[in-house]
Amino acid sequence: MSVVTEVSPDGQKLTISIRGRFDFAKHQEFRESYEHKQLSAVVVDLKDATYLDSSALGMLLLLRDHAGGDDSDIRVVNSSSDVKKILAISNFDKLFDIS
Amino acid sequence: MTNVQPLEPLTILIAEDSAADRMLLSSIVRRQGHEVLTAANGAEAVEAFRFQRPQLVLMDAMMPVMDGFEAARQIKALAGETLVPIIFLTSLTESEALARCLEAGGDDFLAKPYNQVILAAKIKAMDRLRRLQATVLEQRDQIARHHDYLLNEQRVAKAVFDKVAHSGCLNAPNIRYLQSPYALFNGDLLLAAFTPAGDMHVLLGDFTGHGLPAAVGAMPLAEVFYGMTAKGYGLSETLREMNAKLKRILPVDMFCCATLLCLSFQRRSVEVWNGGMPDGYLHSIASGERTPLTARHLPLGVLSPQTFDDRTEVFPMAVGDRVFLLSDGVIDTCDANEQLFGVERLQRVFAANRRPDQLFEEIEQALRDFRGEARDDVSMVEVSLLEAAQLSPPALVYSDSGQSCPLDWSVSFEFRAATLKRFNPLPYLLQLLLEVHGLRAQSGALYSVLAELYSNALEHGVLGLDSSLKRDASGFTRYYQQRNARLDELQDGYVRVHLQVAPKGEGGCLTIRVEDSGKGFDVDRVMARPLDGARLSGRGVSLIRQLSRNANWSDDGRSARVEFFWEALA
Repeated sequence: MSVVTEVSPDGQKLTISIRGRFDFAKHQEFRESYEHKQLSAVVVDLKDATYLDSSALGMLLLLRDHAGGDDSDIRVVNSSSDVKKILAISNFDKLFDIS
Repeated sequence: MTNVQPLEPLTILIAEDSAADRMLLSSIVRRQGHEVLTAANGAEAVEAFRFQRPQLVLMDAMMPVMDGFEAARQIKALAGETLVPIIFLTSLTESEALARCLEAGGDDFLAKPYNQVILAAKIKAMDRLRRLQATVLEQRDQIARHHDYLLNEQRVAKAVFDKVAHSGCLNAPNIRYLQSPYALFNGDLLLAAFTPAGDMHVLLGDFTGHGLPAAVGAMPLAEVFYGMTAKGYGLSETLREMNAKLKRILPVDMFCCATLLCLSFQRRSVEVWNGGMPDGYLHSIASGERTPLTARHLPLGVLSPQTFDDRTEVFPMAVGDRVFLLSDGVIDTCDANEQLFGVERLQRVFAANRRPDQLFEEIEQALRDFRGEARDDVSMVEVSLLEAAQLSPPALVYSDSGQSCPLDWSVSFEFRAATLKRFNPLPYLLQLLLEVHGLRAQSGALYSVLAELYSNALEHGVLGLDSSLKRDASGFTRYYQQRNARLDELQDGYVRVHLQVAPKGEGGCLTIRVEDSGKGFDVDRVMARPLDGARLSGRGVSLIRQLSRNANWSDDGRSARVEFFWEALA
């Protein structure tokens, strides 16, 4: 599985981990990872993500929309330096808590 | 899955010179449910194949007239891409002879005397292969048809889009660009157009995704860009409109990274907004320095109109300086090990560049060396600053007849603080003035003067900014930072614009007066300066004096007055 989800014991936090290239091929899996869940806090873990393209950015926007838009609480963690650069160029740090 | 499929009866050709063997084999094969054709030698077998197209062939190797090897070769040639399995029937045992059967195009062989069970199994296995091949061919043809269809759709969409997108000025002498012919379907978009004042707006955009979905947003974006640029709107208003439109029409996961430029040849500056594109570069020819034009904003179509940030940055330029923009296809090019080309490699190409005109070719070469092949989604554009006189913006086209031209009127506006913060009244004023046919021939000068008068009144008057800040490049940046900050904090103040049109002989006269609530300036000192265009600061006043008639300032510089005249229309 290249998209793995984990819900915290208290059921409050959903962690989505991406492995490999984060691009359009993961569209379906990524959407299924959160679609039928109650989202209060979401963590997207990119520790094992090697690359991220603009459709992945679009997927993050969909997640954000699903999680409440401006009221959402989404953290993007463990980005590699290449992935961080892409997020920085897009100024996605204005929408997501990126570390 | 294929194993459980009931075997469909096949038409099987049996080529065997011994009549007894032929009969024996025919009856075995018939009993297995297949139809049988027979041939007594290779030549007959080829003829039978030619006219009756059996689906499988059982072929004796040694036959008179034409042996099985030659017949197999000819039958394979006739069959073309369709797989017609040939099973050699042979009493040969040496491995070399058996190998020859396969080399001649045979797919398998069966040793004499025949074992019915093995024969049935082999026919079944060959039939599976035959069907697999047929399915592959069918799917290949289907894909090819779809592909043709798609290409045709793209061709039509591109033809329509080219009509919209190329109404601009990409062919102006100061623009060089490189784009794949189907860049649109990679989501790349390049637009350029002159403003009424002769400034140039340039947009390089990159929509999310590929194919038609990436292309659909381009059309509305191009229309807003051209429509608003032609009417004299600035970057901020155009950006707000483009963002609002894309936000409204695009799905949540689609957006458009874009860099927008406004090159002012008269003010010798470039205004930049970059949302999500890779760094562009402002290349100063004199110092060799390249100033990065970094993305400060989210892409277009992400934020709501309320939260969208239209703030731009302004940089001074000298004649010959260039602005270089590129799409992420350049820095995101991967080599065989998934390493990105990256900004550092790009900067090494910059550093090695000796002839500016060769830059695109050198970047392309570097990408090819890095990746081993060229990519088709790389867009680059370079815009240089020329002397204003070297460019000739196209004349505006008017569709009305001129019969209802207003010739004797006046109007006054007062724009107060809350309006000055976000509203740009210039396009409205210009539209109004261009109802007067006599003024249309000088619309460029009219717009430039109006724009200078307004920005002087706003920036030096209402906001109290000191134009001498713009003496050097860093001051230039500071000036525009202060402008944004003071505009954000603005509580009161006004700019008044009075327009008066009066007939005069066969022609007429327009008087423009602009007043502001600021502290004014030392008119005599400013007027004493020579009329030159080389300094970064104070160019506004000298521009106004060169482009209009009888320019003068009163009320300690708080009130500016200029005139425009026109003669009888031909």
